[in-house]
Amino acid sequence: METSTMTREEPPSTDRQPTGKTTREAASVAMSEARSGEIPETTVGDISHPDPVMTCRGVNVFYGDKQAIFDVDLDIGRNQVISMIGPSGCGKSTFLRCLNRMNDTIDICRVKGNIALDGTDIYDPDLDVVPLRARVGMVFQKPNPFPKTIYENIAYGPRIHGLARDKVELDEIVHTSLEKAGLLKEVKDRMDQPGTGLSGGQQQRLCIARAIAVSPEVILMDEPCSALDPIATARIEDLIDELKENYTICIVTHSMQQAARVSQRTAYFHLGYLVEVDETDKIFTNPTHKLTEDYITGRFG
Amino acid sequence: MSSGSEKSGGPGTLVEQTTAKVNASLPKRYRAERRFRIYGLLSVMLGLFFLAFLLFDIVSKGYTAFQQTYVELDIYFDPEVITPDGSLDPETLRRANYNALIRESLMYLFPGASGRSDRRALGALVSNSAPFKLQQMVMDKPGLIGQTARVTLLASDDSDMLMKGKISRSVPESERRLSDMQIAWLDTLEDRGRVEKKFNTTFFSHGDSRDPELAGIWGAMKGSFYMLVVTLALSFPIGIGAAVYLEEFAPKNRFTDLIEININNLAAVPSIVFGLLGLAVFLQFFGLPRSAPLVGGLVLTLMTLPTIIISSRAALKSVPPSIREAALGMGASKIQTTFHHVVPLAMPGMLTGTIIGMAQALGETAPLLMIGMVAFVVDVPQGFFDPATALPVQIFLWADAPERAFVERTSAAIMVLLGFLVLMNLFAIYLRRKFERRW
Amino acid sequence: MLLLILGLLSAAGFMLGRRRALSVANAHGGVRSLHSLPGHYGLYTAIWVGLPALLLLLLWKSLEPTILTEMVVRDLPPEVLELPPERVGLIMNDVKNLVAGNIVSGEISPEIRFAADHWEALERGFRWIRTAIIAALAALGFAWAWRLISPGLRARNRVEGVLRWLLIGCSTIAIFTTVGIVLSVLFESIRFFRAVPITEFLFGLEWSPQIALRADQVGGSGAFGAVPLFTGTLLIAGIAMVVAAPIGLMTAIYLAEYAPRRVRTVAKPLLEILAGIPTVVYGFFAALTVAPMIRNFGESIGLAVASESALAAGLVMGVMIIPFVSSLSDDVINAVPQAMRDGAYALGATKSETTRQVIIPAALPGIVGGLLLATSRAIGETMIVVMAAGLAANLTANPLEAVTTVTVQIVTLLVGDQEFDTPKTLAAFALGLVLFVVTLILNVIALQVVKRYREQYE
Repeated sequence: METSTMTREEPPSTDRQPTGKTTREAASVAMSEARSGEIPETTVGDISHPDPVMTCRGVNVFYGDKQAIFDVDLDIGRNQVISMIGPSGCGKSTFLRCLNRMNDTIDICRVKGNIALDGTDIYDPDLDVVPLRARVGMVFQKPNPFPKTIYENIAYGPRIHGLARDKVELDEIVHTSLEKAGLLKEVKDRMDQPGTGLSGGQQQRLCIARAIAVSPEVILMDEPCSALDPIATARIEDLIDELKENYTICIVTHSMQQAARVSQRTAYFHLGYLVEVDETDKIFTNPTHKLTEDYITGRFG
Repeated sequence: MSSGSEKSGGPGTLVEQTTAKVNASLPKRYRAERRFRIYGLLSVMLGLFFLAFLLFDIVSKGYTAFQQTYVELDIYFDPEVITPDGSLDPETLRRANYNALIRESLMYLFPGASGRSDRRALGALVSNSAPFKLQQMVMDKPGLIGQTARVTLLASDDSDMLMKGKISRSVPESERRLSDMQIAWLDTLEDRGRVEKKFNTTFFSHGDSRDPELAGIWGAMKGSFYMLVVTLALSFPIGIGAAVYLEEFAPKNRFTDLIEININNLAAVPSIVFGLLGLAVFLQFFGLPRSAPLVGGLVLTLMTLPTIIISSRAALKSVPPSIREAALGMGASKIQTTFHHVVPLAMPGMLTGTIIGMAQALGETAPLLMIGMVAFVVDVPQGFFDPATALPVQIFLWADAPERAFVERTSAAIMVLLGFLVLMNLFAIYLRRKFERRW
Repeated sequence: MLLLILGLLSAAGFMLGRRRALSVANAHGGVRSLHSLPGHYGLYTAIWVGLPALLLLLLWKSLEPTILTEMVVRDLPPEVLELPPERVGLIMNDVKNLVAGNIVSGEISPEIRFAADHWEALERGFRWIRTAIIAALAALGFAWAWRLISPGLRARNRVEGVLRWLLIGCSTIAIFTTVGIVLSVLFESIRFFRAVPITEFLFGLEWSPQIALRADQVGGSGAFGAVPLFTGTLLIAGIAMVVAAPIGLMTAIYLAEYAPRRVRTVAKPLLEILAGIPTVVYGFFAALTVAPMIRNFGESIGLAVASESALAAGLVMGVMIIPFVSSLSDDVINAVPQAMRDGAYALGATKSETTRQVIIPAALPGIVGGLLLATSRAIGETMIVVMAAGLAANLTANPLEAVTTVTVQIVTLLVGDQEFDTPKTLAAFALGLVLFVVTLILNVIALQVVKRYREQYE
């Protein structure tokens, strides 16, 4: 294992300072932590990105009195896929839900810290959550199409946000979304049939099309393939690869192989801490921290 | 949608256009959201307002009924009226005209009154039952004859209403039940301190009566009590038995499905149909006595059974299978498992359901009308076979009566009925809280 | 009295049987040699003593009045038997009343007195026979059980078998009730339809159920067309649903989706109180407060409002039904899975948009089922309309007028000392039949709809 200096570029002003240590000391502390298998004081690897669409600093999440996320800093790079991996219960889904404020729907959940979308703090009390969720869409673990027709499922978002002036525009949005989600050919003859009548994989692609229809910047995906068979999974992974041209994608996944296939950057979470973030290749061939290495080699999780 | 330069992020792109459209739609949507929320809140408040209005109306009409007006008169127990022949035997004493004594006393107080109609008007100030009180006094103590005593007599219902301010003095005399003169007399009596209001024990100790000041709910309460006893004694075991069978023993075949469908349907059949059943079967076919609490209890049993069965089944379902397996594993038979283990654990839930069923039965009126409990029953029932009435039926009968005094009594009876219902429901809630287990 | 004796005998049987079981057991080497507990053997004996006798007793008592009536009627003088059946029935009523010591209508003719004496004599004789047979059965049962007690006898199984049958019996009471309702109502309705043709009943437009006052005037001069009753019922139920459906539904939505927990825990039980108030109280409220209020208000703005308007009854009925609609809708709305709400929120929908456009359409079958059940309740409601609606069979759609309903007429026709068989009282049963059938259909449809909806989400 190479021992490289654990420095990171200092992002302007909002970073965490190691407590009174010199850079050199911090590096050696981090190195010994990395080798010892303890949760590091600062995240290993490179949390920042030159062109971030979302930036997170000092994110702490509490469920009642129990803390679930500890002091996470992370940049989400534009037009990229970043995957979040880690053992069960490590907080990846919780963190993901912070990014579009879905945690607001849970009464006892409190989010502290700074999360910004294109520079604007999304947790600002004055900020309206409705347009936020139009810009940061979400696809859930279990496909949840509305009990409406396929057309209506896609049209719902544009309709409530007033994105289409008339039916012609709406039709176009629906068509394009389905096309981008790779579903158009399969359903174009049955647009007025219920969305719940599709197969699991098709339903999930329907949900992706639904999210695309409101033209988001970021699409969050919470283990989107865990309820699907391998063939459907492969199709969705291909889709994700295409989508990154136009959207930023954050995907939480249980499967390391999927993360390796699909993402450019990978973040490893462990018990609520962000242990390591780096290029996907590096994480999977040459992880820096012992915990990361243990996880990807299957020693736990 | 084009590609290339219009990728996400950056100014002047599709995302910016979309965001602009979204923001434009927001004010209208938030207005709709606020309206919707207000409708919801309004609905809840409307429902609560109705409840408050109803209760306030009943209580404001009824609270005065708990007091009764009495008039104090000096009665001279004139021997010439009571025993003109001088004998003291009970028959003579019983037949004497005590009403005359009262009128004498009143005439003495109001010498201005003369003539027959005046005398009658005076006499109407006092209840029709007042002479009987004097009769009782004399028969208990014949020594009173020849004496003068101050006696507290029950006022008539009209006097009572005047004293409670329910007869409007501003209405012209012809539209009132009390003439101006009568009102003047009553005012005078009040000024002289001869009118007092006491707690209305008559209401709780007497049965029904044509005279409102004598009417009470005791007969109705006893009737309701006997009926509930019959209902409880029958519906509790049968209901539990049926629930136990359906939940624990019944095989899953069409017959059991049929029984289940039946029970669910019976729970929704209008109560008056049960009354028709009671009339046709219990009264006509079996020849049971009309208006008896027994018959009422039988009809109410049939009505309460579905409720008890459904709630008992839910209670039984909530007992986890591990208990049953443990018992069976020790060699207990199915019946022993059920009755020694499962039923005791489900009992709190079953009891709660039964109490709620009883509360519903207490308030039922329609089926009881069908089986003849509409008769004017004055006597307080002594047993399960005597003709009786029930509290809700009493309320129904009094609601039709024209005398104003009955309005306040009906409201008071409603308050008593609601009081019992509240007690029963609180008891059910208490049971549920106390014995609730979290598996 | 006989029941008490029978109970004592059974208890004696229990103790003796148990003792015998113990003594038999000792002869065979101790209590463990018995298959069941000694108590079971006791119970076995008690059952054999008491049960057959009890069944016979019940059967006897239920058939006795009919048999006695038959026997006494047969012995009536021939000229009495010539009279039409209603007269004979009246005479028999007099006889029964005389026997029971109640007051009799009219004078007591010698025939009636003779028949009454005859009745009493027969009754006494029956009583002796009954007691003898019951006692014999009990003794036989005891002897039978006594003989059978042995260690090998699986008393517990037998006893539990009897218990099982008892439980089955309890369950079938529900079926018997339904059968009883159907038969009794149907039976009397058929007799009614013999006097009044069914088409006139279902489609006739005039309802004035007068019958001839003297029993020997055959056939009534009344009209029994029930259409005004149907329209009256529908009018009042309609007003009630117009009040209850929106308020109940919006209340359920607010409490399920918007209200903070504290508001919900307070408001929900309070609204349930509305459901627990007896309908007679609502009727009183409607008749004495609401109806005058509506009338005064109507007069003040120049409308002619009846003192027993359909509006008053319908309004109060609506208030009564609000908690019904609210709690059913609440269950249904909460059954919609959270995933659906999450999907809508994640798209940026507001709460009202999610509720109106996703949740309610998803919950619609359940809500419709609940509304159907509420309508059925409104149609079958009696006390509110008896006290607040009128008796005038008015064919109108104007809520300010007085109408009458099916349930009011049932009550009016049957309340009071009526002779049972006249078309007037039988009409009540025909109305009851219609009511039962309509509410049954509504309930079946509603329960089916709600059941299918639940299965979809569970």
